Amino acid sequence: MSRLTWAALGAASQPFLAATVQASSINTSSGWNMPAGVTEISREVFGLHMTIFWICVAIAVVVFGVMFYSLIAYRKSKGASAAHFHENTAVEILWTAVPMVILVLMAVPATATLKKMYDTSQADIDILVTGYQWRWGYEYLENDVEFFSNLATPREQIHGSQAKGDNYLVEVDEAMVVPTGQKIRLLLTANDVIHSWWVPDLAVKKDAIPGFVNETWFEVDEPGVYRGQCAELCGSGHAMMPIEVRAVTPEDYAVWLDSKRDAAAAEAAGAGREWSMDELMERGEATYTTYCAACHQPDGKGVPPAFPALAGEGISVDPDALEDHKKIVLHGKSGTAMAAFGENLSPSEIAAVITYERNAWGNDSGERVQPAEIQSMLESE
Amino acid sequence: MASDTSQATVQVSTSAVAQGDGAHDSHGPTGILRWVVTTNHKEIGSLYLLFSLAMLFVGGSMALVIRTELFQPGLQFIQPEFFNQMTTMHGLIMVFGAIMPAFVGLANWMIPMQIGAPDMALPRLNNFSFWLLPVAFGILLSTLFMEGGGPNFGWTFYAPLSTTYAPPSTSFFIMSIHLAGISSILGAINIIATIFNLRTPGMRLMDMSLFVWTWLITAFLLIAVMPVLAGVVTMMLMDINFGTSFFNAAGGGDPVLFQHLFWFFGHPEVYIMILPAFGIVSLIVPTFARKRLFGYASMVYATAAIALLSFLVWAHHMFTVGIPLVGELFFMYSTMLIAVPTGVKIFNWIATLFRGSISFEVPMLFALGFIVMFTIGGLSGVMLAIVPADFQYHDTYFVVAHFHYVLVPGALFAIMAAAYYWMPKWTGYYASETLGKWHFWLSVIGVNLTFFPMHFSGLAGMPRRIPDYALQFADFNMLSSIGGFLFGFSQLIFVWVLIKAIRGSGEKAHAHAWEGADGLEWTVPSPAPLHTFDTPPPFDPLTESPSRH
Amino acid sequence: MSTTHARAGVRRTVIRTLCVLVGMVGFTLALIPLYDVFCEITGLNGKTANSAQVVSAGEVDESREVRVQLVTRTGTGLSWQLQALDPVITVHPGEISQAMFRFSNRGDITSSGKAVPSITPSAGAEHFRKMECFCFQQQSLMAGETLELPLVFQIAPDLPEHIETLTLAYSLYPGDEDETVALGGAYD
Repeated sequence: MSRLTWAALGAASQPFLAATVQASSINTSSGWNMPAGVTEISREVFGLHMTIFWICVAIAVVVFGVMFYSLIAYRKSKGASAAHFHENTAVEILWTAVPMVILVLMAVPATATLKKMYDTSQADIDILVTGYQWRWGYEYLENDVEFFSNLATPREQIHGSQAKGDNYLVEVDEAMVVPTGQKIRLLLTANDVIHSWWVPDLAVKKDAIPGFVNETWFEVDEPGVYRGQCAELCGSGHAMMPIEVRAVTPEDYAVWLDSKRDAAAAEAAGAGREWSMDELMERGEATYTTYCAACHQPDGKGVPPAFPALAGEGISVDPDALEDHKKIVLHGKSGTAMAAFGENLSPSEIAAVITYERNAWGNDSGERVQPAEIQSMLESE
Repeated sequence: MASDTSQATVQVSTSAVAQGDGAHDSHGPTGILRWVVTTNHKEIGSLYLLFSLAMLFVGGSMALVIRTELFQPGLQFIQPEFFNQMTTMHGLIMVFGAIMPAFVGLANWMIPMQIGAPDMALPRLNNFSFWLLPVAFGILLSTLFMEGGGPNFGWTFYAPLSTTYAPPSTSFFIMSIHLAGISSILGAINIIATIFNLRTPGMRLMDMSLFVWTWLITAFLLIAVMPVLAGVVTMMLMDINFGTSFFNAAGGGDPVLFQHLFWFFGHPEVYIMILPAFGIVSLIVPTFARKRLFGYASMVYATAAIALLSFLVWAHHMFTVGIPLVGELFFMYSTMLIAVPTGVKIFNWIATLFRGSISFEVPMLFALGFIVMFTIGGLSGVMLAIVPADFQYHDTYFVVAHFHYVLVPGALFAIMAAAYYWMPKWTGYYASETLGKWHFWLSVIGVNLTFFPMHFSGLAGMPRRIPDYALQFADFNMLSSIGGFLFGFSQLIFVWVLIKAIRGSGEKAHAHAWEGADGLEWTVPSPAPLHTFDTPPPFDPLTESPSRH
Repeated sequence: MSTTHARAGVRRTVIRTLCVLVGMVGFTLALIPLYDVFCEITGLNGKTANSAQVVSAGEVDESREVRVQLVTRTGTGLSWQLQALDPVITVHPGEISQAMFRFSNRGDITSSGKAVPSITPSAGAEHFRKMECFCFQQQSLMAGETLELPLVFQIAPDLPEHIETLTLAYSLYPGDEDETVALGGAYD
């Protein structure tokens, strides 16, 4: 596909990318077993899993075989009379030694695989993964690309008023995109509580711990979409922070990076013009739903005292507090759970969401905040 | 217990009590208050057992709330916030309110009777240990009605979710954990003092029943790790209320320290919940195989080995937190090593069955169910020990399946087996065989229908503790929910069985209720009078010891 | 077995058991400092020292290059920004290097913040020696103020061969107000 196509797609490139890679998507899970996955490591892990599984099956067959044979053969109802033995040193040594040998046989390949999993050296791309309640943030450290990845499943599907899609709860608005055949090193940390980044097809699961940084790596061979979820209980949205990794060819990856930059440029251009109230409200509602509604609630009523109400009271209806409102959204509020969005959302999104908060739910202040105002606030700092 | 009570009043006036504390009974109050102030090991044992049964149904109801929500994908009945409270409370109540008190109840009833002691060594402390529990769980349950709801951070309460981000009720949760912990510690001290000092003359340690042995080792585990739990919740309390930063990275603390401390308690805790079960099965299998337990000494050593190893494996619960390679390998190897003594136990039980004369009364059915399904849980435990594979299993339903296999058809089945086994001794009447068999078979079907599909949903990628899930997990979850309801409602049969036995309907039991049974408890009448072994019974190790040649 | 004999035995056992219990309580309390010491020695968890260390002796190994990657992020509750001026620097083991970080307070009140370091791979943590670091104490910035602060460090020459990249992450958290008064102006 031509470069032109990508550029034209701009910010809306994600759905298109989805269409192209889904054709080559590989589903390695049978639905009831661990997926063999799409990396050398994941296939080794799968092999290890199946080996141990069959060893366990063999042990179970022998143990249960003897047990059920005894239960059937030595029934009292069939006239069995009990023998009198109650110890046998040779047998006891044997059934201590044999399991030891089996365990050593299991430990050898496990150790070898684990060493490989811990070797993060010579990575091609470093991505900082940050867990938030309840979304993932990805920062491509060498490329100055940074974005949030949010659950894309609509609320209507979750609450049953709309049919559930194929990727219910495992689809995101913006996936992590990686090139095939390159070693991706992930650095993991968290903003609030402990999260855990898990994609079964990559055999990667690593905790993201606030204040600490962890690392892991993967290298995908085949283009495709690989889905996962947060694996560590992180609060009420734990089920709603999925992971989507899109592996594309290195050429497509370069195009994607460009498209991200173009999208950023388009956003920046958007920040320069005057936005209408309708435009701001539309963009603002979308941004609010994704980033604000989890705490301040879809109806703006909040969960006081932790998450103050925005509807009908507080900062969003105080005409004198507009500047404070902007600052808090941009930089967070010290001493509270309010995060800073200035680095992760565009000026247009921030302007739109503030406009939305000041006009939705009957607040109707009529105030419009233009992206340019936010832009100039950011630049003056 | 009605028959027990009426009998007690007769017995009390006539019996001489070995210890001053017991004299309390003869002038004590009657009716309900008598149960409140009782210092008798059998009455306290009954209180513990009834309390744990009540908690089993409370915790079980919460499990059914969870299974109802998970019956289908989507959020239908409850909100994620409440779902998290249910999973947390279910875990806490089952671990600290159902399984542990049930074993303490069995210990109270049976340890003095198996070692020929008149009562527990510290009867008044015994009463106090019990009554701490209803207070502890009253507080814990009341948090559900507090502002912000009850604990919602999982029974493992990882910081900072349980500190900085916890609901306001968390201080009450901590208080209830403290009370339950004190209760366990006092109970353990009492059991150790009883076993070391009140054995009938001539009974050496290696002459004790395996139930007594496993409980002795369990009591030491309790003494060793309950202070760690108390310490960890105290640190949480300070982080929440006094501005310390033990677990808060922002203040220079470390959330991973919480996990190390919690699992240093938590892994021995797992064995606290299973060692007495090993003891019970080691009594029941020989009884109904009519053959002495194979390898008594190796059973004792294996139990001790498991207990010691349990202090060296804690980090296998935290393979994904980013432990250095050397650490991961150490904990992988030490965890795998536990399979050896555990295997020895299973092989010993099977060798006991081999060439026995086996009958299948209800206690035996539950014990056999235990062996099969505990082994399944043990084998999935070996799989979980393999670190690279654990990266895929960790925090999924595969883990949920694993620990439910060792705790439900494991620990709970052993408790049920014990209840059926000793019910003739407690009530004077056999439990109904017909109802008991219904109870057993419906439980077996229910438990496997609930937990076996969880292996598959976990391997296919379903994380634990989620109120809603992707569509590919729907079939397995529906099966699990159906199984959960079947299992849950089957337990009502047990209540019926128990009421029938207490009311005295059914077959009357002899002193020696089971033909193949060994042990001093079978030398006293059924039902056991309120006071037994006021004078120590004769015991000849040469003919009565389970370790005799 | 006489009753008095048994009672004396019970008392003895209870006292011994209580001693074990007290020992375990003490052990639990000791675990907290022990854990920190253990982490510092082994680098478990990627913790680094929180006070200035002396330069590790040994030759500068010119033949070897180590990539030091500096990552920063600001935690919730602090309207500050933290930025490493050079996100990646290449150093030789044994050499003493400096990296500059820019702190800026974007809020409208004076506030204090503390940068919490973490290193990965954790095996490298004990070999990352800091001579001077803003992370040893918290900073206080006035509204709108920007401050550039140095990190002076050395990668010890005995860094394990397989480590080619060391990532040092700083998470910036709100400081403790009381402590600020005591330490305020450390860099003025």
